[in-house]
Amino acid sequence: MSARAVLPGGEAPARRRRRAWSLGDAIVPVFATLAFAYLMVPIAYTIAFSFNDAGRSNLVWRGFSLDAWRNPCGAPQVCQSLVNSLLVGVIATAVATVLGTLIAIALVRYRFRGRAGANLLIFLPMSTPEVVLGAALLAQFLAVRVQPGFGTVVIAHIMFCISFVVVTVKARVASLDPKLEEAAADLYASAWLAFWKVTFPLLVPGIAAAALLAFSLSFDDFIITNFNSGSFTTFPKFVYVSATRGIPPQANVIGSMMFFLAFALVLAVQLIAAVRRRRAAAMSSALS
Amino acid sequence: MSIAAALSSENAASVGPASGPALAAGPTRRARSGAYLLLLPGLAYLVVFFILPVVALLATSLYVPVPGGDVGQFQPAFHWQNYPDAITAFWPQIVRSFAFALIATFAALLIGYPMAYVIAIKVRGKTLLQGLLLVLLIAPFFTSFILRTVAWKQILADDAFVVTALKWLHLMPEDGRLTATAFAVVAGLTYNFLPFMALPIYASLERMDIRLIEAGGDLYASGLNTFWRVTLPLSMPGVVSGTLLTFIPASGDYVNSSLLGNPVSTSMIGQVIDSRFFRVSDYPTASALSVVLMVAILILVGLYVRRAGTEDLV
Repeated sequence: MSARAVLPGGEAPARRRRRAWSLGDAIVPVFATLAFAYLMVPIAYTIAFSFNDAGRSNLVWRGFSLDAWRNPCGAPQVCQSLVNSLLVGVIATAVATVLGTLIAIALVRYRFRGRAGANLLIFLPMSTPEVVLGAALLAQFLAVRVQPGFGTVVIAHIMFCISFVVVTVKARVASLDPKLEEAAADLYASAWLAFWKVTFPLLVPGIAAAALLAFSLSFDDFIITNFNSGSFTTFPKFVYVSATRGIPPQANVIGSMMFFLAFALVLAVQLIAAVRRRRAAAMSSALS
Repeated sequence: MSIAAALSSENAASVGPASGPALAAGPTRRARSGAYLLLLPGLAYLVVFFILPVVALLATSLYVPVPGGDVGQFQPAFHWQNYPDAITAFWPQIVRSFAFALIATFAALLIGYPMAYVIAIKVRGKTLLQGLLLVLLIAPFFTSFILRTVAWKQILADDAFVVTALKWLHLMPEDGRLTATAFAVVAGLTYNFLPFMALPIYASLERMDIRLIEAGGDLYASGLNTFWRVTLPLSMPGVVSGTLLTFIPASGDYVNSSLLGNPVSTSMIGQVIDSRFFRVSDYPTASALSVVLMVAILILVGLYVRRAGTEDLV
């Protein structure tokens, strides 16, 4: 029971009546462990099958092999589709992050007419299923006779990323202390300078989180992409299309690489944050 | 919001209780025009590439075939009959989509809540363990969801471990199978949207003062009673956004039903829209079904949000 450690006053728990919670105490962690296993098993499969000595089909285990890892671009189109996805992801993330951050700042900092309408316009794309977003954009592109391809995919990805960026950055803006900017104003900073030197640096973690989210949404999107890509192929589309014939193990290699990369990155961030917090806690207890 | 907030626990921790209208500048005219300048590019983008496409979708849903034209040639009209036609032809898929999405949402809530509870409450204070579990919770986002769905196909395959074990235990008839069944589709949907359910709940529970649970115990409430009267109500905002983030994408999904299901008894509305567009070039029917799906979801979400009493979704 870690909560006790948080509580001030060390002796209190000993005299406190034990809560009749033992059944839940036992069941919940067991259940959660099973749930985490459920979450991990398909990932383990994906990684394991990157080492499969696959012949024509990578659906059945045929023995260990490093062939696919030695030559990740060995299957036709795998690497091209990966490059396409990265390119779409980077452009869509950059544009959506800028547009969404501006909206988020406006929504939190200003009272203005039409606020409810703006909120609705942000909320609607998130509460519309992807298949409808994809179909609507396709209907539009058909109506104005635009050939689907790279450009239309980028347009679509920017569209569905904006709302998620707004929501993410908004949470960060709302958590900032307004007194910080007031203090800057007291110190004779202009409104712009106060924003740029005080508020913006504090927003950076939120903006970074939003950009990461946008990139992962874009990189993993299949349904909207499928509607608006024509013959242009992204990585998820490549995997889906080849699923009927058998996915080459190289696709699993790329999936595994992405997994290890992201896992290492996030783990590093978590560790740094944990160490920092611990250091801050030690510092504050030393001071008090 | 919650997903991204949970991407880094540092960020999640800093999103404390909502601090009201922070940084509210005075409503001077200059400030207001500043707001519009900030809003303009992004909202204009959404008008052009979201609102106008939805209008185009509505228009397309009323088109009629060009008389004597080729397949896929349509002309503008106000043929409202497209809607009853589309609904009578595909109502089983519509009903099935909502049923599958509902079951998957419920299952994800049952599985995701304990996960969120363990991360936010049980291991609170154990920073490293909490961080590790959070990373595990978002780990599915690190690999392609289509690759993971294909992995499910392998896991549930006829000659794979799960089916063999179930048959050996006589929990499943000799000719039973899991692939190409409704069970596989719902399991896949549950799996794919589980983090979207657990993360917002985690974000709500993380903010909760743990002493409230102890107070419940001190007031002689049983553990279950404390959970039901204290913890659960406090986590309702997370439950509401989690269920929405699961139900909405699940009802329109067709990756799970086409990879894990069969074309006859498990096809969902997304599959129909896709094949109407691309296999038979029947744009009006596909558009009409899309509009039906969108309107149905907006109504359901509206009713649900009103009932759950959470206005603060965005």
